[in-house]
Amino acid sequence: MTCIVPLMVPMFVSGVSPGEGAAQALPTPTTRPFWDAAAEGRLAVQQCGSCETHFFYPRIACPSCGSREVSWVDVSGRATLLSYVINHLPAPGFEAVGPHVIAIVQLEEGPTMMTNIIGSDAVPDQLVIDMPLQVAFEDRRGQVVPVFAPREGHAA
Amino acid sequence: MSRPVAAIAGAAETSLGRLPAMSELDLHVDAALLALADAGLSLDDVDGITSAVHNPVEIAHALGVRPTWFDGTSVGGTSFLVHVRHAAAAIAAGQAEVVLVLHGESRRSVVGRHPRPMPADGMLGQFELPFGVYGPPTMFTLPYLRYAHETGTTLEQLASVPARQSEWSHGNPRAARPSLASVDEVLASTPIAWPFTKLMCCMVSDGGGGLVVTSAERARELRRTPVYLWGSGEAADSPLVSQMPDLTRAETFERSATAAFTEARISHNDVDHLMVYDAFAHVPLYGLEALGFVGRGEAGAFVADGNTAPGGHLPMNTNGGGLRYTHTGMYGMFAIQEAVRQLRGEAFAQVPDVDVSVVQGVGHFFSEAATLVLSNREVSA
Ligand SMILES: [Zn+2]
Repeated sequence: MTCIVPLMVPMFVSGVSPGEGAAQALPTPTTRPFWDAAAEGRLAVQQCGSCETHFFYPRIACPSCGSREVSWVDVSGRATLLSYVINHLPAPGFEAVGPHVIAIVQLEEGPTMMTNIIGSDAVPDQLVIDMPLQVAFEDRRGQVVPVFAPREGHAA
Repeated sequence: MSRPVAAIAGAAETSLGRLPAMSELDLHVDAALLALADAGLSLDDVDGITSAVHNPVEIAHALGVRPTWFDGTSVGGTSFLVHVRHAAAAIAAGQAEVVLVLHGESRRSVVGRHPRPMPADGMLGQFELPFGVYGPPTMFTLPYLRYAHETGTTLEQLASVPARQSEWSHGNPRAARPSLASVDEVLASTPIAWPFTKLMCCMVSDGGGGLVVTSAERARELRRTPVYLWGSGEAADSPLVSQMPDLTRAETFERSATAAFTEARISHNDVDHLMVYDAFAHVPLYGLEALGFVGRGEAGAFVADGNTAPGGHLPMNTNGGGLRYTHTGMYGMFAIQEAVRQLRGEAFAQVPDVDVSVVQGVGHFFSEAATLVLSNREVSA
């Protein structure tokens, strides 16, 4: 596993490294900019040119107002932990990972997304709802996915 | 309430559990024949058919029906509630007269089961599956900790949902889990997706069910007590759990139930019996709050204190639910069946004097919802 970590983010101590058989995203033309950005260590979402809403997942038009005038913007990577489970039922490819944290996080720009939490043990007392997080990137067998770690100084 | 247009005139479940001799197609046909026999009708009477697991046209042909109305809306476990609502609309419009609403699923034995593709280039495939979610136990459960955080609901209260429901199914030979389960036993069962343990998750079984929906007028001439549809509603939101607008509210339930209660012109005090789809232990808690039977954050204590258990004032999930009775993957058919049994006075754990039953269904992970208000009376007293 190689990690591409933006400068301001602490190196994480553990990642989720699924093996062969794990689901990988197959980008479409509309979603490819998200995955291309992740491969470069950037978290990008779309923003509406008409109503300025940031939104995710990628679409051809803004779901708030219907405008087709949408563009890709890099976001801060700062997020908070909305909710999670500690998964004991491994998906294909996750058998060797052990219990891992699947979370829904909210970016400070507004959109929510599913991710894995890394850099903390997969135990409830290290996973506090609303804790601040920072994006990191994990190369999973050739596909870089955004994951999130407790923000420095805020680890539970 | 204006006079109801449609009624359930026949209802039946197939055998449940492990049925390796029956394909999904067979289960649909079995359910159809059982429901027609219950109604005292024959294949020749049927002009409409619905199903969610398979294409209704395949089922109609295997059954020997040549329909002039069909609906294959497939929106997870609430599909059959949606079908009853759509069938009633078709009957009101004069487009159909006798509709079979059918379910059959070989979830456990996987015989003749169509694959359920989750393409890697879909939104689920790109933005959720790569993070290790593995079906409903790791997806439907994801919103819960936020709800617990905001409402103060405890793990013991969450565990009380299957524990209390086990009081209804206790000793029922048709229930997959017919024993009593204590809160401690629920908490101590195998961890699945913390904080959810195995006994907070529905079981996986084979089975099916059928309903005969017809006009209220025709239903009155048939052999069974009609179960009238007083009102219904349906609603949808994000198909991705990570994009739910509020992780602490079943917002789709709120919209479908408001429509159903409004159409039926009932208030909460009119409801004698409630079914809230319980694929996982938290769903009835969300449902009790979304339907307005309790205030926000009150559902956990309400269930733990026995208000929905035998002897409580709001009997809920009286077959034991998906957590104790059966769950084939799409459970909504069985919630309707139990409401029909209660309204006919023939349930295993019969509640006295049930005149009005509300059935709340959910599809996928709060993505779709439908509500039925059913009664054994044509008009409210
Ligand atoms: Zn917009």
